[in-house]
Amino acid sequence: MKNEAREQKIKCSNKGHMTVSGVMIYTFLGFWALIVLFPFYWMILTSLKSYSAYNGEYIPKLYTLSPTLQNYADAFTAVPLGRYLLNTLVFTVLTTLIMLAVIVLAAFAFARLEFRGKNAAFVLFLSMMMIPNELVVITNFITITNLDLRNTFAGLILPSVTSVFYLYLLKENFEQIPDNLYYAAKVDGTSDLRYLFRVMIPIAKPTLVTVTILKVIECWNSYVWPRLITDDADYFLVSNGIQEIRENGFGRENIPAMMAAVVVISVPLIVLFLIFRDKVMEGVSRGGTKG
Amino acid sequence: MMDRNSIKGSLKGWLYLLPALLFLGVFMVYPLIDVFVYSFEEGYNSASQTYFGVGTYNYAYVLRDPYFLQAVKNTFLLVVITVPLSTGIALLISVGLHSIGPLRRFLQTVYFLPYVTNTLAVGMVFMILFKKTPYSDGFINLLITWFGGKSVDFIDGPYWAKMSVLCLYTIWVVMPFKILILTSALASVDPVYYRAARVDGTSKFRMFVKITLPMISPMIFYLVITGFIGAFKAYSDVVALFGTNLNAAGMNTIVGYVYDMLYGDSGGYPSYASAAAIILFAIVFTITCINLLASEQKTRR
Amino acid sequence: MEVILRDLTKKFPGRDRKRRSEVTAVSHMSLAIPDGQLLALLGPSGCGKSTVLNLISGLLQPTEGRILFGEEDVTSQPPEKRGIGLVFQNYALYPHLTVKQNILFPLENLKGKDRPGRDEMLQKAKEAAGLVQIEELMDRKPAELSGGQQQRVAIARALVKRPKVLLLDEPLSNLDARLRIQTREEIRRIQRETKITTVFVTHDQEEAMSISDLIVVMKEGIVQQSGRPQEVYDSPQNLFVAKFLGTPPINVFEAQVRDHMLCIGDEAVLRVGNVPDAAVYAGVRPEGFLLREAGAFSCRLERVEVTGRDISAVCGHTASVNASVRALVGTQGGEADGLSAMPEGSRVRFDLLPHKVFLFDRETEERISFEEN
Repeated sequence: MKNEAREQKIKCSNKGHMTVSGVMIYTFLGFWALIVLFPFYWMILTSLKSYSAYNGEYIPKLYTLSPTLQNYADAFTAVPLGRYLLNTLVFTVLTTLIMLAVIVLAAFAFARLEFRGKNAAFVLFLSMMMIPNELVVITNFITITNLDLRNTFAGLILPSVTSVFYLYLLKENFEQIPDNLYYAAKVDGTSDLRYLFRVMIPIAKPTLVTVTILKVIECWNSYVWPRLITDDADYFLVSNGIQEIRENGFGRENIPAMMAAVVVISVPLIVLFLIFRDKVMEGVSRGGTKG
Repeated sequence: MMDRNSIKGSLKGWLYLLPALLFLGVFMVYPLIDVFVYSFEEGYNSASQTYFGVGTYNYAYVLRDPYFLQAVKNTFLLVVITVPLSTGIALLISVGLHSIGPLRRFLQTVYFLPYVTNTLAVGMVFMILFKKTPYSDGFINLLITWFGGKSVDFIDGPYWAKMSVLCLYTIWVVMPFKILILTSALASVDPVYYRAARVDGTSKFRMFVKITLPMISPMIFYLVITGFIGAFKAYSDVVALFGTNLNAAGMNTIVGYVYDMLYGDSGGYPSYASAAAIILFAIVFTITCINLLASEQKTRR
Repeated sequence: MEVILRDLTKKFPGRDRKRRSEVTAVSHMSLAIPDGQLLALLGPSGCGKSTVLNLISGLLQPTEGRILFGEEDVTSQPPEKRGIGLVFQNYALYPHLTVKQNILFPLENLKGKDRPGRDEMLQKAKEAAGLVQIEELMDRKPAELSGGQQQRVAIARALVKRPKVLLLDEPLSNLDARLRIQTREEIRRIQRETKITTVFVTHDQEEAMSISDLIVVMKEGIVQQSGRPQEVYDSPQNLFVAKFLGTPPINVFEAQVRDHMLCIGDEAVLRVGNVPDAAVYAGVRPEGFLLREAGAFSCRLERVEVTGRDISAVCGHTASVNASVRALVGTQGGEADGLSAMPEGSRVRFDLLPHKVFLFDRETEERISFEEN
C-alpha cells in the first residue's frame, strides 16, 4: 500500500507529458470496463423493457423509452422468486453462522491450546485443503440421500459448512495475538472460553468479517450442491431457481421477467461488495478463488 | 509457557476441535476414502446398496463413454484457451491499472464486479446476448452483421461458436481474481528498483521485462496453477449458458459428466461418477505437478 | 504476605525431541521474601529469573520444590487462586478495551460472592487508577497511550484485585531512559503505599539496586547471592556477582598474592594479611582508585573522560582482564586538575582503597576474604 502511494507520487511528478501511450492505456482499460459492465447494463435494461417491446425488437435497442417495473412484479408473482431468495438467505445465514462457530473453536484450539496430537490434527486439516470438492460430493450426495435429508435445510447446510481455508486464516490471525494477553488473563482467573470471547474474537474481528463476507458470497452463489440435493422447488436457492425459471419459468420464454429475476438475485451481493469493497478484495487476495 | 499435555488439557483441546473434526470427518475424510471404494465397486446400486464385483470396470466404462470423451475434449479446449488468454489479458490490464493515477480505484471496483455476481444469473445475460431466436438475432449478432460478418447462433449453433462464447464467459468470470492478484503483486514491487533503472536510462519496456516480470513471476505462476485447476473444474458457467442438459448440447465438461452420472437425466451411477471424478483428480494432479516441475526447472536455470 | 520458595527446580523438555535432553532453568532455589518487601530478581538473560516469576505466578508448575504464601502451600494452585497481580514486559493490555475496561477485566472474572457489584467494581477501578495517576485516561484505548502510561495501566490492572503478591516482569525495559527512572520511582512509591510484597525481574542492575529492598542475583538457574543491594555490592561472594553489579563495571586483573602482598603486574599494590600465596583475580571498583603521585599501582593513561558528575581516567594495563581500566576520580579537591593536563600515554599512579578491592580464586572464582593492613 505504501509502495503504491509512493509510486503514485512519482507518477504525478512527471504527469506533464500525458502521451499517446497514456491515451492508449485509458482506451484499453475503458474497453475492458465496458465488457465487464455491459452485461450488467443489458440485464437492467432488458428487465425494464416490457414483454411485448422486447419481443418486438428484431434489432435490440440499447435503450428504452418506456421503462416498466411489471417484470419485477412478474418475477415475484409468476415464479416463487421470493421463496428462492428467502431460502438462500436462510441457507447463507445458517451455514455462515455454523461455520463461524466451528472454525472459531477449532482455530482457538490450534492457536492457543496445547494438547497431545495437535500437530497431527493440524496436518490432517491442512491436507484437506487440497481436496477438490468434486471428489467428496459423490459420497456426500449418497450420505445425505440415505439420511433422508434431501430437500431439507439440514441436507443443504451441513456439507457446506466445512471451510478448511477459513479455519486456517483465522488460526493464523489468532496466533498473532501475543501470548502474554493469555497469561495476563489466566492470572486474573479468566476461563479459556471467556478469554476467547472477550479477547480473541474482538481482536480478530477484521479477519472474522473477511471470512464471513467470503463465505456469504460462496453461499449465495452456490449451485452444484443445492442442485444435487434439492428437486423440490420449495427448497431451491437462487442459483437453482434461476435455472428453473429459465427452463420452465413463466409458461413461455419471458426474457425481460427472467432478467428482472437476475437483477434481484445479483443486487444483494453487489451492494454487499460496494459496502465492504476493501474487505472483500483483501480477503479474496489472501487466497480465495471463486467456487 | 503453560504446562501442557496434562490429560485434562488434552481433553479440552479435542473438545474445542470436536465440531470441526465431525464436519471434516463426515463430509470430507470419509467421502474421500469412499469415493475410491465406489470407483472400484462394479454395478453399485445406490437404492439397494449392493454391488456385484470389484475391479476397474467403472474406469473402463467411463473411458469408453463417448459423452465422457466429449467432456474431456471440451474441458481441455476450455483450459488451453482460457488460461493463457485470461492470464495474459489480466497482466495487460493490471499493468495498465498500475500506470494510471486517476480512476484507478474506480476501475478496480468495476473489474472486480464479476467476482461477486452469481455465475448462473449473469451467464443467462450472456446467453441472451449471444442467442439467436426467431424473434431476434441477439445483440452480438447485430454487432457482427454491422461489421459485415455473418450471424451465427452461439448457443445452439456450431461447436466452435458455442466453445467461443463459453471461453469468453469463462474469461469474464475468472478475470477479477487474476486482476486483483496481479495488481497487488505489481504494487508490492519496491519503486526503488524503477528509480534505479530510470537513473540508468532503462526503457519502459526493458524495465517491464527485466524488473517487473521477474518480480511478479511467482504470482503469475500461482495464477496459472489455480487457473488450470479452476478451468478443469468448469461447470456452473457452462450450465448458465447451455442449460442443464449438457450432453445433448455437446458441451459437457468432466465435472458436468460426474454430476450427470450421479444425478439428473442420466443419473444414478455413483460408481461411474466416482471413477470419472478420480480421473479428473488424476488429470489435475498430474498437470499441477508438471507445472511445478516446469517452474522449478526454470528457476534453476 | 511472606513468600517462601523451598528447593525449587524447573526443568523444561529440550528442543531436540529425539534426544529427550532436559534444560534446567531453575535449580534448587530457596528463598524467603519477607512481607511487604520489594525484591529484585537480577541476572543476565536466560538465567532463569523469568521462570522463577512464572513459577510464583503459577503459570508454570515446578518440577520439584514448594512455594508457600505465608503458611499456605500454593504449589499446586492455579494462578487465579493465588491472589497475585502480574505485569508483563510488553504490558499485555487488551488492545480492543479501554483503560477502564482493562482495569475492570480481572474483577469481572470473579464469581459468586467474591464478585463485587458494578458500583463497587467501578470504585475499585478508580482507586487503582488513582494510585498510578491515570484517572484522566480511563476512556482511551491502549494504542492511544504512551509507553509509560500503558505501564501504569498494566500496574493498575494488576493491583485492582488487591493481590497478596505483585509480580513485575521487566517492567521498565520497554521505556526510554528518562521514563525508566521516573517509573521505577513510581513503582517504589506504589509498593510503599500498598505494602504489597513485590517481586520484579530485571537484567538492569542499576534498576534493581535503586529501588529494591532485597536483590537476588542469578546465573544459569542458580542463585549466586542475595541480600540488601548495598550489602551485595560491597561484599560480592564471587566474581560473577562482582562483575554483574556496578556501573561502570568493576576492573578485574589477573594477579598474584606473594608474601601477603597483592601483586598486579610487577607492583605490590596492597597488603592482604592472611591470604596464602596464590594466583587470584583481583577486582577493583572504579571508585577504589585514589590518584596519588606515589601510589603503589601504576598504569598507562589512555584518555580522560569527563561526564559532568565525575571524571574517569581510562587506562591500559597488561594484567587487566577488561579491555581497559577505568578509575573514577572525584571532581572535588582539585586532584583531577593535574590529570587533565597529563599527556596521553604517560603513567598515572594510584593507591587502592582496601574495601573496594576483592580477591577471587582463579579456579572457583569464589571470593577470598582478606584482612586489611
